[in-house]
Amino acid sequence: MCLGIPAKIEKIEGDFAIADFNGIKRQISIQLTPDIKVNEYCLVHAGFAIEKITKDYAEEIKRYLKEIFKETENG
Amino acid sequence: MDNKSIKKLYNLINIESKKLKNKINLMEVCGTHTMAISRFGIRSQLPPKVNLISGPGCPVCVTPVSEIDKILEISEKENVIITTFGDMMRVPGTFSSLEEKKAKGKDIRVVYSPIDALEIAKKNPDKKVVFLGVGFETTAPSVALTLKQAKKQKIKNFFILSFFKIIIPPMIALCMDKKLKLNGFICPGHVSAITGAKIYKILTRKYKIPCVVIGFEETDILTGIYMLLKQINNNKPEVEIQYKRVVTYQGNLIAQKILKEVFKKIDSIWRGIGEIKKSGLALSKKYSQFDAEKIFSFDISYSKEKKGCRCGDVLKGIIKPVQCPLYKKKCTPEKPVGACMVSSEGTCAAYYKYGEK
Ligand code: SF4
Repeated sequence: MCLGIPAKIEKIEGDFAIADFNGIKRQISIQLTPDIKVNEYCLVHAGFAIEKITKDYAEEIKRYLKEIFKETENG
Repeated sequence: MDNKSIKKLYNLINIESKKLKNKINLMEVCGTHTMAISRFGIRSQLPPKVNLISGPGCPVCVTPVSEIDKILEISEKENVIITTFGDMMRVPGTFSSLEEKKAKGKDIRVVYSPIDALEIAKKNPDKKVVFLGVGFETTAPSVALTLKQAKKQKIKNFFILSFFKIIIPPMIALCMDKKLKLNGFICPGHVSAITGAKIYKILTRKYKIPCVVIGFEETDILTGIYMLLKQINNNKPEVEIQYKRVVTYQGNLIAQKILKEVFKKIDSIWRGIGEIKKSGLALSKKYSQFDAEKIFSFDISYSKEKKGCRCGDVLKGIIKPVQCPLYKKKCTPEKPVGACMVSSEGTCAAYYKYGEK
């Protein structure tokens, strides 16, 4: 349940940002990571960015999550 | 992930394990770790002297029946909308679950974020909108910040049923449990992103148990186990961070501040474990206007844990799921008896899915 999903910040509007989750855009809160900038990556939990991460690490988790989802779909 | 480095890590672990005097127990506290360890088959590939056991780190699993019964009771009231994370829908209460209530026509909505729940409240001013607050330090700040916003916007119909829990008190309780001989903790990654690794200091100082905050990839977990073995062999318990990509010693100070402002620590019941002092979070006085416990009345005297379910012993690491008589027989992910089988990160569900012994 404490999973963090990686996302890329596309646009910042005050306390909120539009983040790209592998093609799906969503509004998230950046109140816990106020220094984050456009084009940077973060881990998102329950609609809140909880920590800034590097692009490489974001890619790594994306790969890992994709595998898990595939396994879950296949039972 | 590259196989060479994984092989190398298993080798290093093997070499280090030969220096161990006795068999050791390492506990992973976080449900996401339990899942990852099962998935990579790490438990069975480790040397026989290194035993991995799963702890109480899945928030869905540790929420007791009595708390589930409270939200089920609220769902029966007039003009109420229940909002919750999807994980909680199938958790069994004494007689029912949120999923069953929804099937019977109750207004229960799965949300992705507490902010979505607040939006529902704004759109439905004539209804009371209740958000079921379940989780650890990773999740609680999102609710705290949402409440801050609700207060600022003077929203009057939004409430939280706060069953949040904090991770250190049960870890201390497990250190003191005589039946369990713990030699090290695989500390949770994303809880620590918020709290900082500093919270584990008490475990290394007072209880002399090595602690390493570990990430979720196979190499992360193996590296972390190797770090724990080294600490055990050197007899130097300390707090180390393997998951430096995300976790710092101090943690997220903004989150820590907002948690202090919105919540207060209370004694809390953990499913199957019982009451642990100061291990739960209730809304502070300043935010009590949003407290669902104060708005609704309950009678949950009928609440009872399911007969035969050994979730408590599983959550304490005393037995493995296969030792529960209901495992795979009466209790499966399709028809879960206990919460450990409901959540995908529950120990029983993880063992079931990956066929662990
Ligand atoms: S197998 Fe089912 S009944 Fe047994 S401990 Fe796990 S969740 Fe409880």
